[in-house]
This record gives sequence, C-alpha cells and structure tokens, in this order.
Amino acid sequence: MVMSRMEPIAQLRMGDAVVTAVKPPTNQAKVKTKNVSVFYGEKQALFDVSLDMPEKTVTALIGPSGCGKSTFLRCMNRMNDTIEGARVTGEIEIDGEDVNDKSIDPVLLRARVGMVFQKPNPFPKSIFDNVAYGARIHGLASTSQELETIVERSLERAGLWGEVKDRLHQPGTSLSGGQQQRLVIARAIAVSPEIILMDEPCSALDPIATAKIEELIDELKANYCIVIVTHSMAQAARVSQQTAFFHLGKLVETGPTEMIFTNPREARTQDYITGRFG
Amino acid sequence: MTEHTVRSFSADLEDLSGDLARMGGLAEDMLSDAIQAISTRDLALADTVVARDPQVDALQIEAEKKILRLLALRQPLARDLRQTISALKIAAELERVADLAKNIAKRAKVLDTIEPVAALKGVARMGKLVSAQLKRVLDAYSALEPDAANKVWTRDEEVDEHYQSLFREVVTYMIEDPRTISACAHLLFVAKNLERIGDHCTNIAEEIHFLVTGETLTSERPKVDALDNGN
Repeated sequence: MVMSRMEPIAQLRMGDAVVTAVKPPTNQAKVKTKNVSVFYGEKQALFDVSLDMPEKTVTALIGPSGCGKSTFLRCMNRMNDTIEGARVTGEIEIDGEDVNDKSIDPVLLRARVGMVFQKPNPFPKSIFDNVAYGARIHGLASTSQELETIVERSLERAGLWGEVKDRLHQPGTSLSGGQQQRLVIARAIAVSPEIILMDEPCSALDPIATAKIEELIDELKANYCIVIVTHSMAQAARVSQQTAFFHLGKLVETGPTEMIFTNPREARTQDYITGRFG
Repeated sequence: MTEHTVRSFSADLEDLSGDLARMGGLAEDMLSDAIQAISTRDLALADTVVARDPQVDALQIEAEKKILRLLALRQPLARDLRQTISALKIAAELERVADLAKNIAKRAKVLDTIEPVAALKGVARMGKLVSAQLKRVLDAYSALEPDAANKVWTRDEEVDEHYQSLFREVVTYMIEDPRTISACAHLLFVAKNLERIGDHCTNIAEEIHFLVTGETLTSERPKVDALDNGN
C-alpha cells in the first residue's frame, strides 16, 4: 500500500496554547503519473506507480539499486523509448498532457524535460558550444547576440559563469568533474526546460562540488520542477521537499521529506533509511 | 527491530541504551534509599546517596559524548534519530532525578537533629508513590512500551494530589505546634522535590512516547496545583 501524506498537521503544546503547524499549501502538480508500469521484455521493472511531482519543488526518489527509481525517472522524458524491448503502461502527464501521446515529439519533450546524468557528459566541444548546442538546434536564438545571452545566462544560473567566462572556447572536457556537471546542467537549462531530471548527479563528485550542485538545485527549485534520484540519504534530506521510497519496483511510501526522514509510516522505509537493508 | 547492515551502528545504539539503563538504575536506588534514610533516620545511608550522585553526573557526560559522536559519525535517521535525541533528553531528566534524590538525602541529616513529626509518614508514602512511578517509567523505557509510559504520564495526577494534601497536612501541623515548623519546612522541601521527580517521570514518559510513535503527547494532562487552592 502506498502511504501518501502531503498535508501533515503538527500540533505543539506551549503552555496553555496549542500551536497548530500547517504545511504551506503544496504547489500544483507539474507531472502526474498514474499506475505506471515498465516492462523490459518479459521482466516487469516497475509496478503501478502513481506519484505527483509538484512544480517549484524538488522530489527525491530513493531506494536500493534495482528498485525502479531510475526507470521511473526515465519514463518522464521517454528515455525508455531508446531501450529495446522496453514497454511503458499507465498515465504520465505533464501539465495535463500525455507524454506518450502519438502527437508528442520525444525530441521536443526532452527539451521540456531536461536530464542530468551520474557522470558528467559534456560534448567534445567548447564550453560555449556545449551550452549553445541545444539552443541552436531548437532555434531559440536568431542572432549570435541572442545566443551569447542564452549561454551567459545559462552558465550564470548553473553557477559556472564566473569560473569559465574567460575560457569559453576551451573544450568542455577540460573542466573539473564538478564544473563539467554544472556545465551539463547549464546545457540542460539553455533550452528553457520546465522539468529537470537528475540521476545521481553528485555520485561522481567530491564534497565541495556536491555542495555546489546542491546549492544550485536549491536555486533552480524556484523556477523548475526537479526530480532527483540519489543514493545519498543525506542528500535527499538536504535538497528535496518531497521524498518517494521505491522498493522492488513498487512505490512504498511518499511524503514530505521531513516526515520520511524523521517518522516514516512504513516499516520498509524505516529499515531502508536507517540502514537495515539495501 | 532488525540489525543494522553496519553492525557497529547497532552496537553504538545498544551501548548508549546501556548507559541510560545504568543511570536509571542508579537514580532509582538513590531515590528509594533517600526516602528510606529520611524515614528511618539512617544517616549512613543518606551519605551513600550523596556519594553516588557524581556517578550519575559522570554517566550523563559519557552518554552526551556518545550521542554527539553518534550524530556526527552515523547521522541516525527516523527511529534511530528519535532514539538518539530521546536518550539525550532522558539522560538530562535522570541527572535531575538523581540530584533531587541527593537533596532529599541531605535533609535526612537536618531532620535527624529535630523531633520526629507525624507528617513524615505522609512524605514517606509520597516517596513510595514517586519511586513506583520512576520504576514504571524506566521499565517502559527499557521495554519501549508507549502504553506503559502513557500510564505513568496519567498517574502523575496522583502524585500531584498527594503533594497537595501533604502540603495542607504539614501546614496544619505547623499551625498546631510552632515548635515543629523547622522540621515541617524541611519536609515540605522533600515533598516538593518528590513532586519534581514525578514531573521528570512524566517528561521521560513523553520522550518514550515520542521515541516509539514519532508523535508528541499533546492532550492536556489533568493538573492539580496547590497554588490554585488558596494555599
């Protein structure tokens, strides 16, 4: 059974007064999923997952390896289409639009739903071209001036501008791992996405680079719906407002991050986050 | 609860529970001995109570160090986190209980120099009641039984009522025979200390409830306040 607790009300007794803390209204759902199942050939990897991801909110997907969290993440920009034999059933809607509808162009969809992977994967091009690439192919800039503005703004938002502005024409691969990860985030932002999916974006980074990415996630939250898969419980706790726990292809429990990490309802969630299995 | 994948983490938590259990055991013995010392005018026993207080203080410091280390090195979550934080708070409550027991024992010496007063019996009875509360709440803590803890929480009303009637009784003695005022004043302090220990027991009960359920006890506990009755 999936426990959903998005409107917790806590009561504190202070002397004679009872203070009722009500969670601020949850943002509207940007992505809605209902009964999503994924099959890789005969094997079912995801079972009837229903989860809403609100806009301007970071949703963390946690769970042991092979629990289906990355599979679920990839459903949202139809990355599973690229895997042979993969079949997705159920409903996935972004702003009420079915992403699996025949009229949806997956390339355009992936511009709306950007993705950042575990290992930074800059193109073998200059820093500038890495960021300009998507904007160019989607025709987002009509003049080189406009293109430069997009590149500068994206790099600024990704917190990288100050570090690279004097070497925009050096290869993207010349940057450090943490810088490369921010470069690919800048690349994702450059095409003005609405949703950013992150699949373990910090697992290959040192603590300082990780902190910078986390700070960036926090800033990006103001404008985007962010969904992050992470194996670091502490990271999920730090960056997200909503946490969903997956186990064996099923969504076990979802709720406000604070509650999942202090008082989860499900025994399996409790066992996982306290390091008792997985 | 199942073992941690990292077994040393479980060992750390158990180690902490052990410290708390020792603190609880010491505080419990100190309290019953202090009451015994007062009622039987056993000064030697009173001295041992006073002498045991530093042990409880040392255990509290030790537990705090372990808790700090656990938080820094293990980053406990969910129930582990609640268990760690509860241990920190319960250790402080037990330190206060031991301190109050010591205060009671110290009064045994003063009370020995004055005539025995009848009110002593009432204080001893209240002491037994509070001792039982402490024992029950410590049992509830070691068994992690929120229901048993809730009972302690509710039964504090009895302690408060006892304190209130004792207060009246002692005041009556003082009015009737001013020569007992000095002894009675000391007994009032003893009774007040016992009443405070009762409150610490309810605080521990609240922590147990929070530890196990993750919820805070919120309903208003019935309170009997001596000050509300014109005393």
